[in-house]
Amino acid sequence: MSVWLAASPVLVPLATTLVTALAHRHPRLQRILSLAGIVAFFGTALALVTAVHGGETLVIAFGNWPAPFGIEFRLDRLSASLVLITALMGLACLVFHESDADPGNRHPLLLPQVHGVLAGVAGAFATADLFNLYVWFEVMLIAALGVFAIGGRRDQLDASFKYLTLNLFGTLLLLIGVGAIHAATGHLNYGALAEAVGGLPPALTTLLLAVLGLAFLVKAGAFPLFAWLPASYHTLPGPILALFAGLLTKVGAYAVLRLLGDVFAPPPMVLLEALGWIATATMLIGVLGAAYHWDIRRILAFHIISQIGYILLATALAGEAGNAATLFYTWHHIVVKANLFLIGAIIWRLTGSYDLRRIGGLWQARPWLGVLFAIPALSLIGIPPLSGFWAKYLVLFEAIGQGRIVWTVVALLVSVLTLYSMTKIWLEAFWRPHPEADWTAPRDARLAPAIAATVGLATITLWIGTQPEALIAYARAAAATLGGAAP
Amino acid sequence: MNPRLVILDVVARPLYVVILLASLVVLLRGHNEPGGGFIAGLVAVSASVLWALAHGPAAAEARLPFRSPLILSAVGVALGAIAGLPALLLGDAFLTHLWGAIPLGFTEIEVSTVLVFDVGVYLCVWGALAGYALSLLEADLEAPAKDSPEARR
Amino acid sequence: MIATIALVVFVTVTVGVYLSLSRDLFRVVLGLAMFGSAANLVLFAAGRLGRTAPAVVTVGETALADTANPLPQALVLTAIVIGFALVCFALVLMLRLIRDARTDDALALRDAEPLPTDPVKPPATDQAFEPVVGADPGREVAR
Repeated sequence: MSVWLAASPVLVPLATTLVTALAHRHPRLQRILSLAGIVAFFGTALALVTAVHGGETLVIAFGNWPAPFGIEFRLDRLSASLVLITALMGLACLVFHESDADPGNRHPLLLPQVHGVLAGVAGAFATADLFNLYVWFEVMLIAALGVFAIGGRRDQLDASFKYLTLNLFGTLLLLIGVGAIHAATGHLNYGALAEAVGGLPPALTTLLLAVLGLAFLVKAGAFPLFAWLPASYHTLPGPILALFAGLLTKVGAYAVLRLLGDVFAPPPMVLLEALGWIATATMLIGVLGAAYHWDIRRILAFHIISQIGYILLATALAGEAGNAATLFYTWHHIVVKANLFLIGAIIWRLTGSYDLRRIGGLWQARPWLGVLFAIPALSLIGIPPLSGFWAKYLVLFEAIGQGRIVWTVVALLVSVLTLYSMTKIWLEAFWRPHPEADWTAPRDARLAPAIAATVGLATITLWIGTQPEALIAYARAAAATLGGAAP
Repeated sequence: MNPRLVILDVVARPLYVVILLASLVVLLRGHNEPGGGFIAGLVAVSASVLWALAHGPAAAEARLPFRSPLILSAVGVALGAIAGLPALLLGDAFLTHLWGAIPLGFTEIEVSTVLVFDVGVYLCVWGALAGYALSLLEADLEAPAKDSPEARR
Repeated sequence: MIATIALVVFVTVTVGVYLSLSRDLFRVVLGLAMFGSAANLVLFAAGRLGRTAPAVVTVGETALADTANPLPQALVLTAIVIGFALVCFALVLMLRLIRDARTDDALALRDAEPLPTDPVKPPATDQAFEPVVGADPGREVAR
């Protein structure tokens, strides 16, 4: 039973990919299969978290090759919780995709590839083998590229090419790093690496970790390697954009946490110091980029970068508290960011544009949407008592505790600038009257699935905000077993 | 490619079958000797490409099993996944491979889940790469066409 | 042997990076393919070089004595296959992009990203949109 469960993060989405691909000539059947598949994925992910909640680790060694020779999936609290949130995002975005808020081109290959991306993300979270991690990154990359190119519009092809070039560079860097690590230690399994790395000269360890870390930072969209993200994301259809925005960069951030906080913990101080400054720059540059733009999707895309900065900052603070803050911030960020993109898609459906200069009057027409927007927006800024407040509290408390005044001050400043961006969206899209005097919100919009998905995510944000103790306790328990510490 | 080559047209018919048979040989001998699903899949792709050069990409697509590169590769991946399932049912880890032999009285046929997996790889490689190759050929054919309909902006 | 491989990797990486920094889309794809080959070579070299003896453990021993480690060779096969698929995809994508955009100059491809020389608040290009002057004076100041 536990063998099935440990393989489920990959098996379930891959099986869904298959059946939806086989059903590609029957759109209705394909949509039903896709929804059934994501519900099944969510169910198994819930079972997974229940199974590891007490501190057990689910392990499967594929083909019965024992570690450290075979490929292992090793699901501890950290991995299982991230698999669960992957399934949750998949569920929300695919339900949202049933509405007519920016569904994009309903190409027969879209749903199989989206499930392929989910399989790649969940596989990267679940695996305990460095080369296998590279394979899942490639699975993610190939499936995501397919999704980007599917519409066939010129801007989409342009976006896919930019996405391809920089991400391929990142994965190849990762491959070189994997080869070098194998040459130095003879291992690829996380557990075996953790034991073998002690025998290496410190300078070599630093070099190897720097190469691997750089590759993951490309994937995470950290400064100065984030150029692919705002160049490509906004060409995706709304719900798919929300899914990608929520999950893909976070896999890179997770890999950095796994690398520096678990497998090679404690890492060389110089790397943590560098990561801290990279994180600070990422936060600041991301939020400044957002202030420049007027397209809701681009504003939010730059905020992904800025928020990745917070996550990396928490990782750079290291130790149990830093790792717990990383995990908590990742959960919060995935939910809130995906929800903001989804609400952006609803705004597009009601006003017909993503450009803030062409829309307005939503507060008069749809006040409930304003409330719905306010919850994730205020949470992103970090206003208590929403989830973002606790996430930022955990990070900044630790930063102050370690005497990192500059990082703390920048993080607070970035919060204020985030407030500026959210206020801009609020004023332009909701408060200001619509530029066309005779504009009225369309009455025939089929938004019920969209509203169900966004209200569900907003409820989760509120729930995290009002009841953070259970999640913080879970994050601390997950962080306590990282880095080879006894469970 | 436009002036249809008669010789190519005539030769393509027998060659298509011969190349596919050769790919099957490469697939099956991969059990103990050099060969296997991936290489055999590449050989099979060359048959499809030959057909596309002689009769056009659409005709080559119609000659693929299931008439669609997508379904072909999906069936291949499905076979690969199915090959791992018997082990799960027996309580072993996914993809633990099993070997056996079917006695036929005078001789016996060796069967294994590895072979199922290899056939899966074969179909998947054939489907995926034939899909790429045919769409490249198609793009090449369309290149001199007038305004592309996709360019909406 | 290892020095030769190192030199080859060095040259391949140099060529790959040089080509992928080009403005020509085709060269970018070629450069990435070269860079991928370099990565594969690094992975290959990770498993010891120079011995042609087969990787068979002799009776009575528990480890390979003096032959190459077969694991990186298996890994490099996987990496080659994945890289092959990606290069195929990149070629199809590049062809369609060049055909649709009617240019193979990376700097001329501005469909997904506006030019950096765009003003902070460019006038909306859509004819249907008329900015309402006076309704929101702050907007005019920002422009």
